[in-house]
Amino acid sequence: MNGYDEQDFDRADERINLSIWKRLLKYAFRRKWLVLSLVIAMAILSTIDIMYPLLSRYAIDTFVMNQTTEGLVPFVVLYICLVLIQGISIVYFISGGGKLEMQISYDIRQEAFIKLQKLSLSFYDKTPVGYLMARMLSDIARLSEMIAWALIDIFWTSTFLIGVTISMFVLNWKLALIVIVVLPPLLLLSIVFQRAMLKYQRKVRKTNSKITGAFNEGIMGAVTTKTLVREKRNTEEFKEVTSEMKHSSIRSATLSYIFMPLVILLGSIGTALALYYGGSDVLKGVHATITIGTLAAFIAYTTQFFEPVQTIARVFAEMQSAQASAERVLSLIDTPCEIEDTPEVEAIYGDCFEPKRENFPKIHGEIDFIDVSFAYNVGSNKQVLDNFNLHVDAGQTIALVGETGAGKSTIVNLLCRFYEPTSGKILIDGVDYRERSQAWLQSSLGYVLQQPHLFSGTIFENIAYGRPDATEEEVIAAAKLVHAHDFIMKQEKGYYTEVGEGGVLLSTGQKQLISFARVILADPRIFVLDEATSSIDTETEQLIQNAIKYVLKDRTSFIVAHRLSTIRNADRILVIRDGRIFESGTHSKLMKQKGYYYDLYTNQFKSEAADKILDK
Amino acid sequence: MTSKENKKTKFSLKTLIKMMKGYKRYLLISAISLILAALIWFAIPYVSSIAVDYVIGENEEVLPSIVKSIIESIGGREFLLSHFYLLPLCLVLFTLLNGLFVFLRGRNIAIAAEGMAKNMRDALYEHLLLVPYDYHKHISTGDIIQRCTSDVDTVRRFILNQLLEVLRPITMVIITGYIMFSYNVKMAVISIALLPILTISSYFYFKYVRKYFAYSDEAEGKLSAVLQENLTGVRVVRAFAQQKNELKKFTEANKDYKDKTYKLIKMLAFYWGSSDVLGYTQILLTLVFGVYFAVTSDFTVGGIMLFTSYTAALTWPVRQLGRVLADMGKATVSLSRLDDIFNHPTEVEPGKALKPEIRGNIEFKDVCFAYDDGENVLENISFSAKQGQTIAILGSTGSGKTSLVHLLQRLYPVTRGTITIDGENINDIEMHHLRKNIGIVLQEPFLFSRTIMENIRITNPDAPEEAVYEAAKIASVHDVICEFEKGYDTLVGERGVTLSGGQKQRIAIARMLLQNAPILILDDSLSAVDTETDLAIREALNKRKGSATTFIISHRITTLCNADKILVLEDGKLVQQGTHEELIKQEGLYKRIAQIQDMLETELMEGSEE
Repeated sequence: MNGYDEQDFDRADERINLSIWKRLLKYAFRRKWLVLSLVIAMAILSTIDIMYPLLSRYAIDTFVMNQTTEGLVPFVVLYICLVLIQGISIVYFISGGGKLEMQISYDIRQEAFIKLQKLSLSFYDKTPVGYLMARMLSDIARLSEMIAWALIDIFWTSTFLIGVTISMFVLNWKLALIVIVVLPPLLLLSIVFQRAMLKYQRKVRKTNSKITGAFNEGIMGAVTTKTLVREKRNTEEFKEVTSEMKHSSIRSATLSYIFMPLVILLGSIGTALALYYGGSDVLKGVHATITIGTLAAFIAYTTQFFEPVQTIARVFAEMQSAQASAERVLSLIDTPCEIEDTPEVEAIYGDCFEPKRENFPKIHGEIDFIDVSFAYNVGSNKQVLDNFNLHVDAGQTIALVGETGAGKSTIVNLLCRFYEPTSGKILIDGVDYRERSQAWLQSSLGYVLQQPHLFSGTIFENIAYGRPDATEEEVIAAAKLVHAHDFIMKQEKGYYTEVGEGGVLLSTGQKQLISFARVILADPRIFVLDEATSSIDTETEQLIQNAIKYVLKDRTSFIVAHRLSTIRNADRILVIRDGRIFESGTHSKLMKQKGYYYDLYTNQFKSEAADKILDK
Repeated sequence: MTSKENKKTKFSLKTLIKMMKGYKRYLLISAISLILAALIWFAIPYVSSIAVDYVIGENEEVLPSIVKSIIESIGGREFLLSHFYLLPLCLVLFTLLNGLFVFLRGRNIAIAAEGMAKNMRDALYEHLLLVPYDYHKHISTGDIIQRCTSDVDTVRRFILNQLLEVLRPITMVIITGYIMFSYNVKMAVISIALLPILTISSYFYFKYVRKYFAYSDEAEGKLSAVLQENLTGVRVVRAFAQQKNELKKFTEANKDYKDKTYKLIKMLAFYWGSSDVLGYTQILLTLVFGVYFAVTSDFTVGGIMLFTSYTAALTWPVRQLGRVLADMGKATVSLSRLDDIFNHPTEVEPGKALKPEIRGNIEFKDVCFAYDDGENVLENISFSAKQGQTIAILGSTGSGKTSLVHLLQRLYPVTRGTITIDGENINDIEMHHLRKNIGIVLQEPFLFSRTIMENIRITNPDAPEEAVYEAAKIASVHDVICEFEKGYDTLVGERGVTLSGGQKQRIAIARMLLQNAPILILDDSLSAVDTETDLAIREALNKRKGSATTFIISHRITTLCNADKILVLEDGKLVQQGTHEELIKQEGLYKRIAQIQDMLETELMEGSEE
């Protein structure tokens, strides 16, 4: 899976792409009033911050210098009011920022999830679930945090910087110029260090995910490691990774512990310059251009001046790294749907979230493949199907037989419209299925996978998955039909037993029975079964075979078949080889032909033949 | 797991100290540097104030007595006036010195914390490989990984950011406390009056808020689970046209996460806001009483400035102290969760740990096996296998087939009875020696995420490539591998190709073949391979096998019927044993299954003759 590798994270040198951030800012500005009120809260906060030193000076000048306590009470009241206003502003500011952040991530997640429900299956075949999970969770979280707080940080620091610079120039422009000399090297230093630190942090993160992977493998493969007696060597290999982690973490930390003192040192040079030139000037006495008050103010400003510069450097560095997240999330949202209903179709039948079921024509189940060709990669010359033709009457059972990769699954995928033909068309009840909506087809379709998928929740909920409004009687009736009722009743809480995440608490055979019940309840016109090859104990196997019989009744069915009994009972067997129908007919007809099918199945089931070869 | 956790909320400090091995001195250097850095940091503002207030403003009040005597010894104010550049220079030098100690503090604590984390990860990994198989059967992988990653990280961060952070406010309180109390006791008391409240309330607030952190984490976990299920089950969602309900489920989880996290942020916001109010109230107290005493008695302006600046400098670190102390709780919880893993005993060598040459004569004598909880798995199993024989095992799920071969490898200890190999009790054979001599392929074999070549060669890294190809050919997987773009250099697993169950089984068979062990076990390991390939593999195996004693577990009669001995297991008891010819004549499980499978055959033949 190239392109989904860690290399995605190695983009330290990328420039900030404004168009991406502009687009993301729109999410923030959906809440104009919130953003505006945050700006106001911020303005109040910085005003109060600037007022505290003034208040102390006022207290000293007014009360101590005049040796009076008159007016001290109103002063205290005013001070307390300011403190309270500040406290309230802080509460509002932080919670408002948090609200903005959570709203943005909520919105982006919703949008991305809706997109994911519409994307075609070809997208899912190419994209690992882990990759999508990372986009949906950590990338979006990172992004929203950036948009919400970076916005605030940048606004706050730049106002502060501008304010201080202006005040310094107003107080004394010469001294201001001298102090500002420190700024360019400081900015440069910050940028260089932040980039280097980011690079190391990325390396640390990458190594960290390696460690997680190694733990995962170590635990999942513990028994294998034991049986292969690899404990020592695996531990040695693991230690190499943890050493790498240790070294890059220390290096990353060291870098930041060089950076911080350097910034403070540069700042102190600024203060020292102000002190030296300003102080020398003040000391000239009557010729002085600077008062002692101005000097004190300058020194105070220089100590506050350099923190915001650091903040800006940090925010830009973080933006750079978050940009990779942003690109990945936006590209997910922008992924084109390969299978889309046309606007005309959507107007009549609705989309997958709001289907207009009342307009759905009833499906009988007659199916035609007409000159269907298909390749998984557009442009690749590896055609999986080539001018494939097939007519199936409503209610027939078709068994697809053939080697792995012959095209059996492709036929099923095309029928379900998980993929669309590259050329040719597929008719359902005589109408090209692209003239109707995907929801129309899928609401009449039942599908049981080789690896049955259950959702966490109760057995009841899983059977009722396709028809959430089903009554208990209906669910039980469906379970009884496929002989799942007995084993379900043996569970601790019967139908209300939790199946665990992905159905881990049940065996594969049990999961299959439940998924058959799910199909029976949904009562689809077209049924698709991808039979499992894995071995299931003989008794459950019998139950499954009986279940299949019920499911197939009165439906048009396609089975990617492995069991002899299912194949024998099919109305028609299609032997697929290299994307074509190689042989076709009933079991007996095909056996009489003594062709490929005959070979395939005599090989598979004639134990005598097997014995002879083994005896050699 | 939760019940275990409740039992053990205490952790032993021993583990942490053990993990700090080799890194304690870094911790010490860091602590000393921190104190020195804090001391110098106090001196820096003094330089400016000496310059502005004393040299320029001619105000002597600002000088503490020690500083005053130092200045006087070098020539007093006159000297500083004529050498005015000295003060700015001092400022830069002090900052440089402070920076040096900040660097030393940071680098050394980083070495200590990261070194500890490495020790801990290594120890965990090794421990997890050394604990008995039984442990792995009963754990949840996710939970253990969580502990090995985020709990280790919590402890690491605790050492990196918090352990010494306790020192800083304490140092500051001691220094400023000393200065303030020696200056004016009454004012000193007032200036720190609210600080204990600030620390204590921070401490309790963060303890209280911790559960809201947990709520937010849980909600995130829920969101992640809903998403994961939707993505892995995408075909089912589509096939049942359930997008609308899925969106509803997701929206609920998404909203719940948003609301819970927002609630948490609101609580934190309340904390920052209210503790700010408390902090500034303290500064106000100092200021107002300073002013009041200055007006009514002999307190000075310099004193007011000194006390307000110290109060301001103390307030925020002291507030942080409460938080750090509260967070310490998190680290102890993490440590106890890790201790939980370390406390599980590793595999032991019960006997003489001999390393005899193993030929493959195996005997089970009245072997019983029960799990720790008393559940009987195998009862009185007795049989023998001679070197080179093939033993087939048939039985339904849960009949004990797999446990039987696990006992042979000492993945579990025998409860009663004995297993001998070449006459030696396996308990007396060194565990690793024993396992090296037994090749096993599991029904769902595990491949490591490295190349196919490395996987096959894993027990024998020096094997020539030809031997690997040869083994892969016997396992009928050579052609499949060659079809991959990178052939044998193809990566297996998440970052490489996804192999089918059958392909994995066949690669595992190749891996086993290269091991060249005198005892082989195929635990239903051809189940995902089609019958034709199954046959071909067995044929090739048979040819190659030589003198290896082979165990085959399978449901397929065709796979079993040529064995030298077939064992039929039912509910942990050995109900039948013998050759195919013998067993097919007896009433029993074997005959029943053979008949079912025979029927299929006959049906097939009838079909062709219709």
